[in-house]
Amino acid sequence: MSGTLRRAAAALLRWGRGSGGVGLQGTGVRAAGSGAGGGQAEQLDALVKKDKVVVFLKGTPEQPQCGFSNAVVQILRLHGVRDYAAYNVLDDPDLRQGIKDYSNWPTIPQVYLNGEFVGGCDILLQMHQNGDLVEELKKLGIRSALLDEKQDQDSK
Amino acid sequence: MLSGQLVRRLVSMATRVCLSPGSAGSGTVGPVEATIRAKLEQALSPEVLELRNESSGHAVPPGSETHFRVAVVSSRFEGMNLLQRHRLIHETLSEELAGPVHALAIQARTPTQWKENSQMDTSPPCLGGNKKTR
Repeated sequence: MSGTLRRAAAALLRWGRGSGGVGLQGTGVRAAGSGAGGGQAEQLDALVKKDKVVVFLKGTPEQPQCGFSNAVVQILRLHGVRDYAAYNVLDDPDLRQGIKDYSNWPTIPQVYLNGEFVGGCDILLQMHQNGDLVEELKKLGIRSALLDEKQDQDSK
Repeated sequence: MLSGQLVRRLVSMATRVCLSPGSAGSGTVGPVEATIRAKLEQALSPEVLELRNESSGHAVPPGSETHFRVAVVSSRFEGMNLLQRHRLIHETLSEELAGPVHALAIQARTPTQWKENSQMDTSPPCLGGNKKTR
């Protein structure tokens, strides 16, 4: 992974001390909040495999209710990932506990790529910083917007 | 080769992500924090163990022990991927995570990785509750 991307990512992740709005726009994200069908293992198994990128959040991508969930949304946004399924665990107590049990992971947010559990906010952040996320997205046929951005810069 | 424009854009993005600085802990060590430290020390023999109670940045009563950040540097992490390292820490702290601890941010590094980057990250600001976001 290029040093440029890594440094740029590191810059992003020094959480600044600015103020202002959340800066979220409406995206093509399917807010799949309800209809998750509770928290049964078979249902969750189908749920995480239904879409290439699946996230379980507190709140919605438009309005995250937790800083860590917001960080996941912002990282995906930075990579230009718009087509992902987001489930709001605050809408569904069964889902909230069910996904923790299913993933064997005690906290929310949780990220799945291609039906495979990736981790929570810290791990996605790390993957973003070290370039792994670009590679993982590539495997799913998703081209990270960060690559395009870099190309634009280089061609100037 | 690093374009200043790109960096500025990313930094401004980070600024938008972060609505306010996280609050630091009160400085006193509570019983939960002490237990977390003891369990991690025993299980992982860490070279470095930095533990921060970030609860005061969240919509919980003063003196709470609900939100923590931990940086663990241990040679035990050699050969383990991030998921395995995090799971090991979760396992070590399973009682706390099933009980009082609501959030645990983890940086798990090998000694070599810590030498390359010994910075402890800052958590994003809380967006939940209504005490702090008002």
